[in-house]
Amino acid sequence: MHNDLHALRRILKSCPTIAVVGLSAEWHRPSYFAAKYMQSHGFKIVPVNPRYAGGQVLGETCYASLSDIPFKVDMVDVFRRSEDVLPIAEQAVQIGAQCLWQQLGVANREADALARQAGMDSVTNRCVKIEHARLFGGLNWVGVNTGIISARRLV
Amino acid sequence: MTDRQFHPETLAIHAGQIPDAATGARALPIYQTSSFVFDSAEHAASLFNLQTFGNVYSRLSNPTVAVLEERVAALEGGRAAVASASGMAAETMALMTILQSGDHVVAAGALYGGSVTLLATSLAKFGIETTFVDATKPEAFAAAMRPNTRAVYAESLGNPSMVVLDIAAVADVAHAHGVPLIIDNTVPSPLLCNPLALGADIVVHSATKYLAGHGTTLGGVVVEGGKFPWDNGKFPGMTEPSQGYHGVKFYETFGDFGFTMRCRMESLRVFGAALSPTSAWQILQGVETLPLRMHKHCENALGVAKFLQADPRVAWVNYPGLADHPQHALMQRQMRGASGLLSFGVKGGLAQGVKFIESAQFMSHLVNIGDTRTLISHPASTTHRQLDEAQQLAAGVPPDMVRISVGLENLDDILWDIDQALDKASR
Repeated sequence: MHNDLHALRRILKSCPTIAVVGLSAEWHRPSYFAAKYMQSHGFKIVPVNPRYAGGQVLGETCYASLSDIPFKVDMVDVFRRSEDVLPIAEQAVQIGAQCLWQQLGVANREADALARQAGMDSVTNRCVKIEHARLFGGLNWVGVNTGIISARRLV
Repeated sequence: MTDRQFHPETLAIHAGQIPDAATGARALPIYQTSSFVFDSAEHAASLFNLQTFGNVYSRLSNPTVAVLEERVAALEGGRAAVASASGMAAETMALMTILQSGDHVVAAGALYGGSVTLLATSLAKFGIETTFVDATKPEAFAAAMRPNTRAVYAESLGNPSMVVLDIAAVADVAHAHGVPLIIDNTVPSPLLCNPLALGADIVVHSATKYLAGHGTTLGGVVVEGGKFPWDNGKFPGMTEPSQGYHGVKFYETFGDFGFTMRCRMESLRVFGAALSPTSAWQILQGVETLPLRMHKHCENALGVAKFLQADPRVAWVNYPGLADHPQHALMQRQMRGASGLLSFGVKGGLAQGVKFIESAQFMSHLVNIGDTRTLISHPASTTHRQLDEAQQLAAGVPPDMVRISVGLENLDDILWDIDQALDKASR
């Protein structure tokens, strides 16, 4: 999936609402980095973390679990240990999300298979922020090999 | 649909540069600006916190320089890269990013003279000790490893020793001790050798040489492979909150390009050896024709080596491209050519070698390599002058050594100049 630029581009273009499971409210944590980046690039972030349930993170209401969210989310972005992902994947299927995205360092194969069986897109062990910046610009400014060879401007 | 694996000739022209987002310019614009505006105080804060990607100040990053960084990363098969004002700056940044006082380095003895000085003298001043070993013996690297060793450093093809490093074997030694292998890949260039694919973790280049290729512009690049496990307990600076940058945990936050981000924010930003955007542009003009040039450099160098080998006025020739060179098989296994660099001795010794250099007509007596022009030098009195004779011999520099960086002139003309200079030297 990592090198399938077309699939990643399609996923990021078709998922305007992202539930971030395990989002920290501490500014120096990777989950906060990634969510803040996505928010500043036009995505609606839905914090999911029982620690802050009922409060706000990044100006958005935080929910205890995916099933508590009273509206549709497109992507479930997971910042939890790999062994904790399977129940989150089950909930993601139940709430009708289109994509299960396991973050850098997170890769639960059963959860990945479950999401695919349910017809969802599934990405493992990648950072949503890094992939967005790779495909839509920004990552190239810090010298990362984006793998993009093209005669078209980034759109 | 999976992405195509593009060839080096295509990467050398395209990697890192798509048409300019603002103007559609097809060739690379030179962003000759020290600084970049913030959209708002919030945007500024996000940039400083590394929460969004963007440019702040050209000592940290610059869109023109970034193209060179990505292009060299792509040519090396690496994950990310950071450019610097010179090759020495690249090497210094690569080492200083991971080393601290009390650490130890195991390095090849056969290194460029400036690298020996950096390790043996400059880093020693900061309490970083280096053990130099025979670069032809992977077991010598293993024997020199200590509990506080934090890096192994060597050249893929030694300048001017022409020693070919068994990269995979030395990488195994480094990894068995949980430390990265850093390779200076300047002499082969990424076109002839890709150390990351052979197991190295970090590659450094003097871009001044074959990458730029025309003897005009200084620059350097550090490339990260993206596979080294920085969380193995030996590199707390990669995993713990950064003292040098806002408490960021580089490995956790940036994963397989965490080393590059740390190098950029803790070394480039602080030591300040940033590459000028104009220089990056000039180096990139060279990189576009790197594949064409390297093949011709190799072809001409082999022609020169064969000529010298057959010449009775010549005492010895050292070029791993020659079939009877002791490391020819290793060179063929891990390189796509032996580069344009070779060394030889004129019969009679040092005085005849000096006479040879002074008798050349168009071969230039100077201390650079990787130019379009053929360059000649006497390492013992120039690049390796700071070293004593024992250090010179350990670096593979006998007193009578003449180094040739074979250029892109007509081969017969190069051989003519060598022949007439040998004539004068041997009189």
